[in-house]
Amino acid sequence: MSRKLLEINGLKVNVADKQILHGVDLAVGSGETHVLMGPNGAGKSTLGYAVMGDPRYTVTEGTVVFDGRDITAENADVRAKAGIFLSFQNPIEVPGISLSNFIRSALEQRTGKRVKLWEFRKELKAAMEILEMDPAYADRDLNVGFSGGEKKKAEILQLLMLKPSLAILDETDSGLDVDAVRTVSVGIKEYQKNKNASLLIITHSTRILEALHVDATHVLADGQMIASGDASLVEEINNHGFEQFLAR
Amino acid sequence: MKEKTQVNDIDRSMYDFRFENKDAYKVHEGLTPAIVEQISKEKKDPAWMEQFRLQALQIYNQMPFPDWGPAIDGLQMDNIVTYVRPNTKMSAKWSEVPAEIKDTFERLGIPQAERKSLAGVGAQFDSELVYHNVKAEVAALGVVYTDLESALHGEYAEMIQKHFMKLVTPRDHKFAALHGAVWSGGSFVYVPPGVSVEIPLQSYFRLNAPGAGQFEHTLIIVDEGAYLHFIEGCSAPKYNVANLHAGCVELYVGKNAKLRYSTIENWSKNMYNLNTKRAKVEDGGVIEWVSGSFGSHVSYLYPMSILAGKGARAEFTGITFAGKGQNLDTGTKVVHNAPETSSYVNTRSISKDGGISTFRSSVVVNRNAENSKSAVSCQSLMLDDISRSDTIPAMDIRTNKADVGHEAKIGRISDEAVFYLMSRGISEEDARAMIVSGFADNVSKELPLEYAVEMNNLIRIEMKGSIG
Ligand SMILES: Nc1ncnc2c1ncn2[C@@H]1O[C@H](COP(=O)(O)OP(=O)(O)O)[C@@H](O)[C@H]1O
Ligand SMILES: [Mg+2]
Repeated sequence: MSRKLLEINGLKVNVADKQILHGVDLAVGSGETHVLMGPNGAGKSTLGYAVMGDPRYTVTEGTVVFDGRDITAENADVRAKAGIFLSFQNPIEVPGISLSNFIRSALEQRTGKRVKLWEFRKELKAAMEILEMDPAYADRDLNVGFSGGEKKKAEILQLLMLKPSLAILDETDSGLDVDAVRTVSVGIKEYQKNKNASLLIITHSTRILEALHVDATHVLADGQMIASGDASLVEEINNHGFEQFLAR
Repeated sequence: MKEKTQVNDIDRSMYDFRFENKDAYKVHEGLTPAIVEQISKEKKDPAWMEQFRLQALQIYNQMPFPDWGPAIDGLQMDNIVTYVRPNTKMSAKWSEVPAEIKDTFERLGIPQAERKSLAGVGAQFDSELVYHNVKAEVAALGVVYTDLESALHGEYAEMIQKHFMKLVTPRDHKFAALHGAVWSGGSFVYVPPGVSVEIPLQSYFRLNAPGAGQFEHTLIIVDEGAYLHFIEGCSAPKYNVANLHAGCVELYVGKNAKLRYSTIENWSKNMYNLNTKRAKVEDGGVIEWVSGSFGSHVSYLYPMSILAGKGARAEFTGITFAGKGQNLDTGTKVVHNAPETSSYVNTRSISKDGGISTFRSSVVVNRNAENSKSAVSCQSLMLDDISRSDTIPAMDIRTNKADVGHEAKIGRISDEAVFYLMSRGISEEDARAMIVSGFADNVSKELPLEYAVEMNNLIRIEMKGSIG
């Protein structure tokens, strides 16, 4: 295995005083693509939020180590600057901030440097083309009135612009039509062009994975990892469902 | 003003600096006929104006203080100095303005703003204008932009007598009467028929003297088919004695004319801002108010639009930000007094650290205003549990042929949204400031860029240290 980028050790997470994750272990190496599957309500999104540092998700035990550094107690902005990105299952609408200004502010805060407008707009335009997004969306308020598909594309657009070392994609493909899934998948491939780009893809379907190289697959149920394997596990789950693991 | 955008850490000291103007001419505190006569003499008023002042003083003495809004007990009228003349004459050359006063305005970004994006600038320091200048090409169109005092003696004297305090009369309320008695400074603008002033005129009011009042009068007449954008900025350093601002703005919008009146008010937090603004709009004319209220300890501010001609229209876009120790009572009034008139009101109010922000609106649709439309929308954002935000809409509709709507929403910053922004690398403080700026977007997108930047800086100042 390549250098470890993300290490989750015995993670227990509470939401609203209820334990959701009961001790989860997971390791993602630099440049690897992992897939996380599991039934609805298993705690997949919870894991994503906890790694990103959502204060509503309390870590009661265990650690999150990123790039060799224990970040369990860090705020989300610090984790983001360290290189973690979360594509939200339900992206939030923020009125009064345009998509473009938002990405530019985020870039400036991450680098501490001013981002030149002209070069930024050029790069943004190129990324939007890859994602087949109408350029007018750059100046629309962040996610406000975007369709489900447009919201997900806007998430991948942020991924391409912010260039994190680890991207957690939480059901980015859910609710999208075939064409949109293909486009999003092209965006993910674009991100993977950087050989250090690492991915944890939470999904129910194989479609988004078709064109991607997958290094490992994990199955989460009831807040616990119940199976891990290579890319073939995706296929197996696709054909037979989760029952075989749950029965064990 | 653009210069400021490069500065990352903006603190209030930018507005809080002050200097001691020892040589300034002042009248005594308090208010007597003798003081009013003294002001009148000092200003070389025409006879009618002196009479007007003395009458207004009588009315002032008869009228009660308002008892329906924020408390103004802290305002002891006997202690307010009504007239402070800086020790300088008005100048049309920036180089002739005294160094210390110039320094004040330079720190506020006034001359840079003029060079960049304004057709004309007036700068008032305490009671008098110290600088006034209009670009030659604008003056060549016949546009008049001058201080009200010299206008009282010049070519437009009659026009002023005809309009001065006719929209807002001294009987309107106690502070309008006070204004009538002791007003000084302010601007007169006249835009001739059909002339469109493409870049804004600006006026900046700075109250420097402690315990003083500022009572500037702004009179703008936009004649038939003409267009003007007028911008008003205000600030003052903080003293621990009360200062009073009781200005008056009268706007006359002619047939098919359009006037946009933008204000970013950032008075210091010892200021009682009891300002009166009113516009009268003739057939097919448009008044657009853009109003940002950030400073002051107490504000009473309800710009009023009188839609007097058929098809006249009023738009009011406002934001009020009440922080610690502030009680800002703002809103707008519209009177539909002719058929097919319309009004759109879109306001946001923000309260924080125990601040109180009250939005009042009053819409009157008279019987003769058939087929008129009015839509009022107010959104409030409370940043914590100790702050307050209220909406008090009033409507008086006297025809059933009118389409009137009102909508109010009160909310808080969602933790989810803060986390979402933070997950991209934005600090919590900045995430909150971004959300608040976004909320105030109704106003910032109506302002020229420099002012929008300025406003967002003000929001950032207010949001600093807001995380417990
Ligand atoms: N913010 C929350 N408040 C209350 N319960 C939550 C919250 N987030 C998740 N849960 C609960 O935690 C469990 C796991 O949810 P989630 O992580 O969204 O699962 P998955 O993404 O695998 O479908 C569910 O029972 C869900 O109801
Ligand atoms: Mg989920």
